[in-house]
Amino acid sequence: MNGNVIGCARLEMHVLDKTVERLEAEAVNSTKTRQPLYAPRKKIFPKRASGSFRRFKWLVMAITLGIYYLTPWLRWDRGPFAPDQAVLLDLANRRFYFFFIEIWPQEFYYVAGLLMMAGIGLFLITSTVGRAWCGYTCPQTVWVDLFLVVERAIEGDRNARMKLDAGPWTTHKLVLRVSKHTIWLVIAAATGGAWIFYFADAPTLLREVFTGTAAPVAYITIAVLTATTYTFGGLMREQICTYMCPWPRIQAAMLDENSLTVTYNDWRGEPRSRHAKRVQAAGQLVGDCVDCNACVAVCPMGIDIRYGQQLECITCALCIDACDGVMDKLGKKRGLISYATLSDYNANTAVATGGGSGAVKPSLLLTADGTFSDRLAHFHIRKIFRPRTFAYMGAWSAVGLALLYSLLARERLEVNVLHDRNPQFVTLSDGSIRNGYTVKLLNMVPEPRTIVVTMQGLQGAEMSVVGIDLPAARSFAIPVEPDRLKMLKVFVRQPANQVEDTAQTFKFRVEDMASFESDEYTATFNAPETAR
Amino acid sequence: MSSEHIDEVSGISTTGHEWDGIRELNNPLPRWWVTTFYITIVWAIGYTIAYPAWPMLTSATRGVLGYSSRNHVKNELAAAEAAKAKYVAAVKSKTVSEIAADDALREFAVAAGGAAFKVNCVQCHGSGAQGSKGFPNLNDDDWLWGGSAEQIQQTITHGIRFASDPDTRLSEMPAFGDIITADQIAQVSAYVASLSGLVRDASLIEPGVKVFAENCVACHGDIAKGNRELGAPDLTDAIWLYGPGEAAIAAQVRAPKHGVMPAWIGRLGETKVKELAVYIHSLGGGE
Repeated sequence: MNGNVIGCARLEMHVLDKTVERLEAEAVNSTKTRQPLYAPRKKIFPKRASGSFRRFKWLVMAITLGIYYLTPWLRWDRGPFAPDQAVLLDLANRRFYFFFIEIWPQEFYYVAGLLMMAGIGLFLITSTVGRAWCGYTCPQTVWVDLFLVVERAIEGDRNARMKLDAGPWTTHKLVLRVSKHTIWLVIAAATGGAWIFYFADAPTLLREVFTGTAAPVAYITIAVLTATTYTFGGLMREQICTYMCPWPRIQAAMLDENSLTVTYNDWRGEPRSRHAKRVQAAGQLVGDCVDCNACVAVCPMGIDIRYGQQLECITCALCIDACDGVMDKLGKKRGLISYATLSDYNANTAVATGGGSGAVKPSLLLTADGTFSDRLAHFHIRKIFRPRTFAYMGAWSAVGLALLYSLLARERLEVNVLHDRNPQFVTLSDGSIRNGYTVKLLNMVPEPRTIVVTMQGLQGAEMSVVGIDLPAARSFAIPVEPDRLKMLKVFVRQPANQVEDTAQTFKFRVEDMASFESDEYTATFNAPETAR
Repeated sequence: MSSEHIDEVSGISTTGHEWDGIRELNNPLPRWWVTTFYITIVWAIGYTIAYPAWPMLTSATRGVLGYSSRNHVKNELAAAEAAKAKYVAAVKSKTVSEIAADDALREFAVAAGGAAFKVNCVQCHGSGAQGSKGFPNLNDDDWLWGGSAEQIQQTITHGIRFASDPDTRLSEMPAFGDIITADQIAQVSAYVASLSGLVRDASLIEPGVKVFAENCVACHGDIAKGNRELGAPDLTDAIWLYGPGEAAIAAQVRAPKHGVMPAWIGRLGETKVKELAVYIHSLGGGE
């Protein structure tokens, strides 16, 4: 390999120098002008990108927004005694419905488990493909993307927007700005509006909202979420990620040398030059980067990926699309900016610098016929499977399986018993001893059930229930409303001559005769010393 | 405090403070932060105008919204009263038996009665209505003056041996220490103790039966089962207001103690008394 070969391979460079326009873009955090975080905001005008990542992001946006807006409108038949909304957080009645699952407040650990899975899942994703959450699915990213679509449609792409922003306030500018903010507000209101439908029957609430008869909290929620969506998505944008979000800080600890991140392959791009041919003619080395700034112009965070992985980068990969487009135009191989791991990057840098000493020499990367050397490392799917990701996957699956098991094995009939504390026991006129209990029957299915309550143990004792005309007995049946708790005041009475101890244990057993579902509670029966 | 100092690495001036060689950079705050800060100041000023805030000599500025926490509580209490008005009206118009038979109404009355009990009755009857020596336990099934909801209501309304209420429940056991001899008292006490199976001296029982027949049956009945018309207790059961055993019985025969319960109608009104009656009736001994 020598300099001539490279010269031949890049013969067309002088033509391309003219066709690729250099965009006026500068990274907000370039070293030249790098300010500390506490600095006035610099406006960012992201240019429209196109390419496979952009298409993927459109798809993700459609799916995530679709889920958000449409979920409350899905129906799920639960019979006549429960709402038919597939996903419903019924705060007033303290029930959470998710398709075939119904959760009572005391089962909130399912939500805690899901949050654990979300956390571990985020670790898993980040350790394999970097900040994919930030770049593709985070609501902030999705809504900013949506707001940018509106901005571009009204004010035009990057250059037009910059011109408009810098220009004087004309009627035209006013019309554009007012219509942009109006549409943003409409989207924001629709976003806030969609949120409330998760908390009440969606069709009913929609009618109420528009007739002005909905609860004040519905309007307040819409107002607050409209304000936050408009402010975060339209006005603050990248500042939310840079200043307010903790995740960019955490991710530094999550990434390792085998995580895929958006990488500028400077071993291939440097030394960058805007005038490759002239530089080459002067006998100097030239890399693939033509310093067109396309990667900076499309960046929604306004940064320059060529400075390497940085706090502000959400890895949305739009710079990859932008750079690939330029590389295509230049007839060069794609991937100057690409998803790469640090270890691959280091290996390739070692190749390009001839073992790690000295500057990058592009000639070291190419074979005699001008293609890339096969000594260059490429990402292999195997790298995803490493001890760390197995540990995350294991923890994630363990929590998931534990939740699934407890969901499948959970009881939908429960009994809770509170023993009266004052008085602990009452001596009756015939000398027998009585204890009072508050018995709570939880019928956790949306059907009425008849529950049989039986006493087990405590010989000779009998139960009676306040407000219900039952003969004193050791067992009674009682109807319980669907999806409700039934509270009973139960008195247990034991003849004095049967009392064995000052504290005896016995069981309240409840059983649904239709499903044979049952539950038990071990209670204590207290008696005075003298009753024995 | 030194004069202006520029940090060598960042090229930013410092605040002039130095701690062991560490200096504080004098960075500008982000504009959104500063704006938010000014908004909070404006908000705070507006707040002190809208709400009571500035202390004056005798009170504080009222605030243009006219808010006061006292009114707030008053409104909440009024709302709570309004919310239960339906139940209160029902309690007022129905008899205690009717209230006890209606699930929702009973639940309301038990809760309201329980609250009133905690304020007015626990001083004597105890916080669990369990009573103590001389103060009846209201949980059990032994009632001196009757355990139906109506009878309990009557007792609470007019009290027991409460002189200023003409309809009060009235009875008084004579002090038999002045009427019969000490031996007779020992005999009748042994007999009465034997009725509920308490330990006794068998030689005293036989004469005790005679003493009982001559002096006690008028109120306590032939078989000592008591008489609720007169508030005379059942002497055959396991419950002793002034304690079990011959000594306690003898003391009560010699010089009886008589508890007094005030009439509550004047202080609590009919509705509260009904709620209390339903509450006590629900404690487990109601008839």
